[in-house]
Amino acid sequence: MHEVIIIGAGSVGTPTAMSLAERGITTLVIDSGRSAGQGNNKCAIGGIRATHSDPAKVALSLHSIKTFSTWEEIHREDIGWYMGGYTFIAYTEAISESLQNMIPAQQKAGLNIKWCNSDEILRLVPGIKAEGLFGGTFSPEDGSASPMESCYAFKRNAERCGAEFRFGETVTSIEKSGFFKVVTDRAEYTAANVINCAGSFGREVGAMVGVDLPVYPDMHEAGITEPVQRFFNPMVVDISRTAGSANYYFYQYSTGQVVFCITPDPPIPGKGTEETSTFLPQVASRMVNLYPRLANIKVRRTWRGSYPQTPDGTPIIGQVGPEGFFAAVGMCGQGFMLGPGVGEVMARLVAGQSTEEDRMVLSAMRLDREFSGREALK
Amino acid sequence: MESKTRVNRHPVLSPLPDSWVKFTFNGREMVGRAGEMVSSAVFAGGEHVFGHHHKDGGAQGIFCANGQCSQCTLIINGLLLKSCIVPLEEGMAVRSVEGLPALDDLDAPLMNPPERVETDVLIIGAGPSGMAAAKELGASGLNVIIADDKDRLGGKLVLQTHKFFGSEEDCRAGVRGTRIAEILAEELQELSGIDIWMNSIVLAVFSDGTVGIRKPDGYMIVKPRQLLVAAGAREKSLPFPGCTLPGVYGAGAFQTLVNRDQIRCSERLFILGGGNVGLIGAYHALQAGMTVVGLAEAMEKCGGYKVHVDKIARMGVPIYTRHTVLAAHGQEELESVTIAAVDESFIPIPGTEINFKVDTLLVAVGLSSVNEFHSKALEFGIPSMLTGDSEEIAEASAAMFSGRICGRRIAFSLQGEPADIPAEWLEKAEVLKSPGGRIEEYRESSLKEGVFPVIHCFQEIPCNPCMTVCPKNLITTSGHAIMGLPEYSDGCIGCKKCVAICPGLAISLVDYRKNREFPVVTISWELGDWLLQKDQTVTVTQWEGIPVGTGTVVSLKNAVGFPSTMLLDIRVPEKIAGIVAGVRIQEAETTTPEEMIPELPIPDSAVVCRCERVTAGEIRKLLREGVRDMNELKTRSRAGFGACGGKTCKTLIPGIIKGEGIAMDRITDFTERPLFAETRLGVFCGKEEK
Repeated sequence: MHEVIIIGAGSVGTPTAMSLAERGITTLVIDSGRSAGQGNNKCAIGGIRATHSDPAKVALSLHSIKTFSTWEEIHREDIGWYMGGYTFIAYTEAISESLQNMIPAQQKAGLNIKWCNSDEILRLVPGIKAEGLFGGTFSPEDGSASPMESCYAFKRNAERCGAEFRFGETVTSIEKSGFFKVVTDRAEYTAANVINCAGSFGREVGAMVGVDLPVYPDMHEAGITEPVQRFFNPMVVDISRTAGSANYYFYQYSTGQVVFCITPDPPIPGKGTEETSTFLPQVASRMVNLYPRLANIKVRRTWRGSYPQTPDGTPIIGQVGPEGFFAAVGMCGQGFMLGPGVGEVMARLVAGQSTEEDRMVLSAMRLDREFSGREALK
Repeated sequence: MESKTRVNRHPVLSPLPDSWVKFTFNGREMVGRAGEMVSSAVFAGGEHVFGHHHKDGGAQGIFCANGQCSQCTLIINGLLLKSCIVPLEEGMAVRSVEGLPALDDLDAPLMNPPERVETDVLIIGAGPSGMAAAKELGASGLNVIIADDKDRLGGKLVLQTHKFFGSEEDCRAGVRGTRIAEILAEELQELSGIDIWMNSIVLAVFSDGTVGIRKPDGYMIVKPRQLLVAAGAREKSLPFPGCTLPGVYGAGAFQTLVNRDQIRCSERLFILGGGNVGLIGAYHALQAGMTVVGLAEAMEKCGGYKVHVDKIARMGVPIYTRHTVLAAHGQEELESVTIAAVDESFIPIPGTEINFKVDTLLVAVGLSSVNEFHSKALEFGIPSMLTGDSEEIAEASAAMFSGRICGRRIAFSLQGEPADIPAEWLEKAEVLKSPGGRIEEYRESSLKEGVFPVIHCFQEIPCNPCMTVCPKNLITTSGHAIMGLPEYSDGCIGCKKCVAICPGLAISLVDYRKNREFPVVTISWELGDWLLQKDQTVTVTQWEGIPVGTGTVVSLKNAVGFPSTMLLDIRVPEKIAGIVAGVRIQEAETTTPEEMIPELPIPDSAVVCRCERVTAGEIRKLLREGVRDMNELKTRSRAGFGACGGKTCKTLIPGIIKGEGIAMDRITDFTERPLFAETRLGVFCGKEEK
């Protein structure tokens, strides 16, 4: 009998296990993959930002950034953290205004962010198209890390603190009679609490205890290039829409590769991982048009993963359904960057130690909300 | 232009055009042939180090010369490119890659915007199997696109200067691979409906039923009704200390340098691996005037055809069976190699190490099928077939035949008819794929008068042109089967056609008619007319290369009707006439090992993933930590993250896993992802003119 069973050893489940185990809470993590992070974690591109429009997400991300940015110093393990900042660029007046309008609220939530004029952006991203550039936001303390290296590092730390992991087991049902009985295709486990960190399968796991969690994955493709010497620092995000795609973004990883991703418009529902022929021509034309020198860097690999979306673009975190059952799902493609922050909030929630800020986050991300809002920087 | 680093004369290959252009390498002026690959031009310029890796500063150079591995990447006119697939142009500025390269901000070459096309059949690879299939499909009126990453049709045929095995009617036995490539190309170009895309690299197979191909002028997205993967094979590697040193590379890369670009890339070389590829590599080296100091094979016997083994042994190449390479040594380039005997479990036996001073070590430890396109197609439910080496590693003669069958199958299936493949085709296809079979004991010829052939061919292989070439039908194979051993029956007229056609150089003709005490022995000679002179005394050997005496050169003449084949007449004492099968051209002292044994680095230091410079020790450490998911191993070690996409390390890591005593069924395999070849981002969008 464990105090907590976590379903899912990915971007959210693994740091949550770490936060629980660090508090001495006996924790078992079950995952159908063969090792940690084999679902969407390995598909994440590694961007980590606190630049959101929603104060609750800003708060979670600031916690996460603390974990990522101090990891190497504390644990002597390289997880690829690089503090290159994020820039959301504007080539239209409308986007320029909308980005600038968000800044006061973001600053109030504790985010280090400012507006840069076009000259400043050109210095941050040398060679980016100058014509029509209004400027952009810059949040210097955002950054990036390796999703899988981080996931493995969190797992090792969780194990050092006593957490157990079971791989290659798929949860098939969950029963509650006093305590929870979690049945997999290979064994049965019992626990006082269960946390659903099942990513794209969050809705299916919720259904096992009769809770409808509105988590609907859609599919995104990403790619990585060969490594070259550093030529720009921040993650560059262009939120303008063109036919077939909404935003796209790219950055240079700590070891020199450019990693990139685009959001199809309309979204493509599903949780498949099959690559399509649409992605490269679509993303290449936008990236090269924005940043011509990228034409000459070689694409090495592409892949597809899913964003477990919620109707309002905000995660669902907290107690749901039967007592002792918790969800940390619907990360909308931000599970990696939110994960360590979510893990801390969940661990304090299970331990009955929620802070005032936690209560603000849990209120904003509770299941029984309207789902009518809209995260502006999804 | 005579040059020490180029093949100035070759017994088989025609001289390449004198189209010299100037270029620079790291600022130094060099001269190369217009249109030859930049890698070859740099190599001929005497530069074997193409850069230093950013992880550990290790020197890098040519490894596959086949567009697969990226080890030959150079900065060419500011762009980072695999130099083995970039043709040389006048004035190119070429630089080595020192550490992590900078991304220069220069105007991207202009490309057409991406284009989508449909076709009945897309064939990946224009080698023997792909071309044979295309011919069948084209003849049936279907639309075919055949895409190949090289600049000319033929695949590996263009490197094969030796004569083909098999039968004359099915796969042009007795004709050289280079010539077969030309014949197939002519046949293909005559057919309408076949779209030949050269210099076109297949990058990915997508879930929407399309295949992404980078043509020289733009990115194409092809939707075929049927995919046929005829992409051949890539060379396997072997991790040992020093295996990444420039000068250590694949036997296929060697054949590319020597036979396609006519680069004299080595003075002294050693070969690891006694399969047909390694054996033929040795022969090609000898033909190009290099010294082959030895060949090591871990098994009791070489795996290649015995006629190939015997052929090089006769010329004086020592063959070390039950030996392996322990280490390659050198600072920036290969300087020497250490081999050692191995026990029954292939463990090197201490005290048996010997060292050779060489500038080149060819690794010929087998081939693995290029079938990633097919696996992806199956994953996505796209109709796909494999043919040639992509299906099963075998001789090119078998590849041509299997391509033909595959082409026929696809033609029937796309036209909605049941496949009507003659049963004898299927049988033949199987026979042609057979590796060398049973070896019979040597039988000495008892004949002592007149004129007659002596056949030094005692291994069952799919080959019979000696039978079909004899005008008197005096040579038959047992049971008339292509695999049967040939036998001669009385009545020879001394036409020497059997000597000239034999791909294994395993037939000699003994003529007692003019001189009973010193008869003339005729053997096939593929080393040009410059090594021997009339009346010269030569060391003659029996079929397996053991010297049996001396002979005198009588004449060396072209064999009429057999291009670039010469017939050498030697007068020898009657006592040995029946067993003489060859002439030694490398004297023993040139192949003697050195005495000094360098200290060996620990094997944990052997690099397994050459793109990311990951060692066997790093892999072992993770396996010992309990890692069993290759995806985790990949992330944590970075093995497989590199430019080549795990093409080399994927075949090596299982050996380390087994060595750790871990059963392979406990291992979860890598997830395969596109692209299969790195490609500039600009290729996917097309750039508008400024």
